[in-house]
Amino acid sequence: MLTPVELDALRLSLQVAVVAVAASLPFAVAVAWLLARRDFAGKTLVDAIVHLPLVLPPVVIGFFLLILLGTKGPIGGWLYETFGLRLIFTRWGAAVAAAVMSFPLMVRSIRLALEAVDRGLEFAARTLGASRLDVFFSVTLPLMLPGVLTGSIVAFASSLGDFGATITFVGNVAGETQTLSLAIYSLAQTPDGEAAALRLVLISLVLALSALFVSEMLARRVRRMLGRA
Amino acid sequence: MSESAAERLRIDAAKQLGAFEFACDLDLPLSGLTAIFGVSGAGKSTLINLVAGMHQPDRGRIAIGSTVFFDSSARVLLPVERRGLGYVFQDARLFPHLSVRGNLDYGRRRAGARSGGAPVAFDAVVDLLGLGALLERRPHTLSGGEKQRVAFGRALLAQPRLLLMDEPLASLDAARKAEILPYIERLRDEFAIPILYVSHSPDEVLRLATALVLVDAGRVVTAGPISDVLLDESARQFFSAAEPGALVFAVVASHDDRYQLSTLACDGFALRVPRVDLAPGTQVRLRIPAREVALALVRPGDVSITNRIEGSIESVGSRSAGHPAHALVTVRVSPSTVLVVTITRESVDRLGLVPGLRVWCLVKSVVLDASALVLARGRAARPVSQPLPANDARV
Repeated sequence: MLTPVELDALRLSLQVAVVAVAASLPFAVAVAWLLARRDFAGKTLVDAIVHLPLVLPPVVIGFFLLILLGTKGPIGGWLYETFGLRLIFTRWGAAVAAAVMSFPLMVRSIRLALEAVDRGLEFAARTLGASRLDVFFSVTLPLMLPGVLTGSIVAFASSLGDFGATITFVGNVAGETQTLSLAIYSLAQTPDGEAAALRLVLISLVLALSALFVSEMLARRVRRMLGRA
Repeated sequence: MSESAAERLRIDAAKQLGAFEFACDLDLPLSGLTAIFGVSGAGKSTLINLVAGMHQPDRGRIAIGSTVFFDSSARVLLPVERRGLGYVFQDARLFPHLSVRGNLDYGRRRAGARSGGAPVAFDAVVDLLGLGALLERRPHTLSGGEKQRVAFGRALLAQPRLLLMDEPLASLDAARKAEILPYIERLRDEFAIPILYVSHSPDEVLRLATALVLVDAGRVVTAGPISDVLLDESARQFFSAAEPGALVFAVVASHDDRYQLSTLACDGFALRVPRVDLAPGTQVRLRIPAREVALALVRPGDVSITNRIEGSIESVGSRSAGHPAHALVTVRVSPSTVLVVTITRESVDRLGLVPGLRVWCLVKSVVLDASALVLARGRAARPVSQPLPANDARV
């Protein structure tokens, strides 16, 4: 049904999106918690930096990543020399670009869910003998689960769709960094590539709709469990 | 952690919350149910939350026995979770993501390492609170009364050395309140766990409390065993401002099968009430609402009212709350007992009621009904000194 090239692009896109979401989730929860629950100097700055990918052109983000994470960049150079890990022109780099681009969406959703958690329940848990950390994992996290799920799905969908940051940072290497979006772009540039591009567009559509459907189903299930349906 | 009966709760603390200033110096027994009573905004919840650790005092010391919760001079602050408390909130605050069983287990699991004496058993609590049929249910499927019962159980199973309750009945309707009250009495009596109970309802306090702390405008007005506090003139005025009524301690003396009446021996007089199912000798407390008492200047003869109690007027005043036609009269009927009476100001003038005047208080038996009035089984805080009726209450 799908050609090997299409399968490659699909598999790569899913891989990049899953890695991006999985790797950024713990950080997103931590940042959401800091922004929702803590007051510290420079909070506004952190908030702004987290939201930068939403307001900057993706190409600019890709360019920043190239400077920071390229093999000669301050972080990328260290990674390369210490672990032999090269991000530029690799699928791991594509995952990083997707993660950075979708990070603000994820943080927003998780932060909203966290702010909706009844602090009274957390205090009740402490009077019952649970430490702060224990309360977070046994009460706060389960209660913000709908937001975590929604945030993850939105981030997943946005990771699938990233174009500008990815192509700027890791290029358009077939079989390595050519995700669905990049493949569509390439085919659209090719003479007589339109039919093939359309097939990929349909695949993207099915993927996006499935993600939304799964998200809605999971969220409804969790809400019912929490008695908020 | 020794649980000797001599342990006491010491709260010496000051706390500024915005414009509200709270300060107290209390030494409370760790036994029975100590009610913290006052109007809304008086500082009742502040007091209990200082003990719980939700608020940190600006200065002072809070300790149970030898366990120090907070000490500003020694720089001690025991985290909430290590205070060994159980807290029942006005809104039950059950964890929505856990079943009833999961909620009950939450504190129990975490208390495992800490509990010293005989642990409160899961089955005993489930039986006592009637939770057996609810265990697998989710909190959002429970009624308000059921939720609060689960909250009691959850707090109890955390093996607390002190139970805190912040207006646990305030969000329930009258029927649910009546359903829950007996459970609180059983917690107090059968598990013998000391309870700090915040309330602004005189009915609840009179029914449940063994000791009373009156709070007003961020200060403790008075504190002590409930019967002592109620004898204190200023405290009683303060207390009855909300809903006047007298609290009378009594012992069930005898039952009359023919007329289905019971005789209660009070301090210096007796009361005839519709039959109660309590063995003679049982100590009871009952509340006589001021509006159910009438006054007569002479000993009434041919009237239907059964209970006639002689006394002398202590004060005649108008109520701050209530209808402008009302006057509140207090009548001392025995050394330890004062009845309060609501009559019209017109009656006061017509009868010429002044302090010192001898009067007869008339109380209809039928209003002293076990369900409608506070007739709580419980340990009377003060033994009744003269069990034999010494007046004309029997007719």
